[in-house]
Amino acid sequence: MEHTSPLIGLIPLFPLLTAALIGLMTLFFAHKGQGAPKGLVSTLAVAGPLASFLVSCVLFFQLRALPEAERALTQTVFPWIHVGPLQIDVSFLLDPLSAMMILMVTGIGTLIHLYSVGYMSHDRGFSRYFAYLNLFMFSMLVLVLGSSLPLMFVGWEGVGLCSYLLIGFWFSDIAKANAGNKAFIANRVGDFGFLLGMFFIFFFLLNNGGTASLDFAAMKGQAALFTPFAATVAALLLFVGAMGKSAQVPLHVWLADAMAGPTPVSALIHAATMVTAGVYMVARMGFMFAISPSAGLVVASIGALTAIFAATIAIAQSDIKKVLAYSTVSQLGYMFIGVGLGAYFENIVAGAGAAIFAVGMFHVFTHAFFKALLFLGSGSVIHACHEEQDIWKMGGLKAKMPITWATMGIGTLAIAGIPPLAGFFSKEAILTNAFIAGHYQTWLYGIYAIALVTSGLTAFYMFRMFFLTFHGKPRDQHIHDHAHESPLIMTFPLMALALGTVVVGFLNVPKVLSFGFLPTDLFATWLEPSLKVAEHGEAHMFHPTATTDFILMAVAIGISLVGIGFAYARYAKPTPATEPTKALWWEILWDKYYVDEMIQAIVIEPILKLSGFLRKGVDEDGLDYVVNNTPKAYAGLSNAVRVIQTGLVRSYAYLMVLGMFAILLYYYLHLAK
Amino acid sequence: MLTMSHFLFVSAVLFTIGVAGVLSRKNLFIVFLSIEIILNAVNLSFVTFARFLGQLDGQIFTFLVIAVAAAEAAIGLAIVILLFKNKESLNVDDFKLMKE
Repeated sequence: MEHTSPLIGLIPLFPLLTAALIGLMTLFFAHKGQGAPKGLVSTLAVAGPLASFLVSCVLFFQLRALPEAERALTQTVFPWIHVGPLQIDVSFLLDPLSAMMILMVTGIGTLIHLYSVGYMSHDRGFSRYFAYLNLFMFSMLVLVLGSSLPLMFVGWEGVGLCSYLLIGFWFSDIAKANAGNKAFIANRVGDFGFLLGMFFIFFFLLNNGGTASLDFAAMKGQAALFTPFAATVAALLLFVGAMGKSAQVPLHVWLADAMAGPTPVSALIHAATMVTAGVYMVARMGFMFAISPSAGLVVASIGALTAIFAATIAIAQSDIKKVLAYSTVSQLGYMFIGVGLGAYFENIVAGAGAAIFAVGMFHVFTHAFFKALLFLGSGSVIHACHEEQDIWKMGGLKAKMPITWATMGIGTLAIAGIPPLAGFFSKEAILTNAFIAGHYQTWLYGIYAIALVTSGLTAFYMFRMFFLTFHGKPRDQHIHDHAHESPLIMTFPLMALALGTVVVGFLNVPKVLSFGFLPTDLFATWLEPSLKVAEHGEAHMFHPTATTDFILMAVAIGISLVGIGFAYARYAKPTPATEPTKALWWEILWDKYYVDEMIQAIVIEPILKLSGFLRKGVDEDGLDYVVNNTPKAYAGLSNAVRVIQTGLVRSYAYLMVLGMFAILLYYYLHLAK
Repeated sequence: MLTMSHFLFVSAVLFTIGVAGVLSRKNLFIVFLSIEIILNAVNLSFVTFARFLGQLDGQIFTFLVIAVAAAEAAIGLAIVILLFKNKESLNVDDFKLMKE
């Protein structure tokens, strides 16, 4: 039974409309040499995502009213590409998974738009900013709601474009413009894998007796056609796309540089929503990853590698936004551990994957709250310190900015995994599942260990940032004197997100922590119809005993507390401990493991050399040589012939007579034969 | 007995004299006269062929050539006078505007 709803299209439509309106207004007023009226722009800018959010809520309740097995609403807006076997419509799919994503995107998006009104109020590009930001909302919603891979790809590219526009928002600074380029190019590398994945799936289905279609439902229905090898190829190609978008090693380099954009952009795009698109895509295509015996493990391993890699880098950074950026990369690694293990479990025990995919998605969900909160809080701090981002120049801001301090404190505790905040539940679930995976293959305990260590590191570097910013003595008196709490329009989103950070964790309480009255696994149950690959199997799944569960939790919390303790001992004092800047390991971390330099040396330099050779060796010395010398040859020939052009009539007459004789001679000889 | 070759020989001699004149002399008038000699050498061959081959075409061509030569003489002399007015010279080598 298929249900349709005409409302779905409205969700991306609203931000598109407001983006277009604000964009046109910007152009119109720029033509007259002034800025667009700020009141109108801010009203429109917040109204777009807010309207989408309200429609999303209505649709959420409609969806919830349906029986669980039929929970999917579709809307075909118009036929898009109909060529031979390729049939693609612009059609939207609202199932529990996309419903959760759009609620998150529009809800947090609305708060961040509101915050931006305050944050960007003195910026000259005020209206241009909101045009881009609304366009981003549109693209993200298309990405999430698209019912087929190509439509998802449209949104995928759209968010990449908006990300580029917003990172390079202050494009008069060349470093920021370059950061935008870097993000775009790194993403293009991933997108190439995404495209190849789509082509592969399409042609595989075409050549193996299936209906060639890139529609999610159609692909899932034909999952049985895929051999494990074919599924591995398809899944890994798609995963390359996810690595680019979700900043996984080695394509993570763009995310730290993306902090060049305005801070609310970092919150919305580079922390809460866009970067989770890769995780969403893996969960959406989970059935494909599950067919392959190795794809899920590759995803989880890359996730684990990224998690610890970024966490260690974050320890040494001194820019408040860089710390948060690397913590985002690290947390994205966690999410990939979650969905990767989901695919792995589904592969070994049919029907077991859905709950673990949901664990990965749950971390996406909770992370969106506390990471948006942390970024907006850092924006508030940066705003108060007059665009200063170095935590070593802050300190003692707690008294000046109590609301920012309290809300960021909640966010920091959440990301450190302290109960009962959101981060605890989602991270705990990932750790537990990594532990369970170790039961099936011993080396997977390694992933658990890495995730556990990362959790401790996370607690350490987040509290390092927190203590250095808010506690101790002010290290720059001038900045400190001018610091002030942000206006309500900025603190309100902070408080709302802090509230969210406190409560959303309870959406997915594990059974052992229900204490007899808390509803358990709401989130996983809700997502199950979308993420379910096969029926049954739950019974065959290994599950640790309640005691083991509690021990695992205690270990995780203990590690986090140790991290916090270390941070407290070093950085919470009036004069914090100095960093071991001379040590080799510190320099390696400070320089981010030289990944940028390696990419420069391994990829960029050879390309530049090749380009140089093509330019000098092939183009200039080869093609240009021929092209330039052809006229020269003609010029030489002309110069040689030119000498007979004397201008003297008699010499022409001579030549004429000579020619005449030549013709006669020719005929004579010819006829003589 | 005069054969066709005798006439053609005279024609060839006249032609050669004309060509030599055109090529070697510098005075415009002499060049001009040499061209007339060439034309008449051609006329002689035409008439010769007409006479010995028993066809009238050659004679008709001769009249045509004489008419054209007359017209050419008129225009040619006018040009020579204009050239002289401009350069005060009748030396062919003084007229090389194409080169300059």
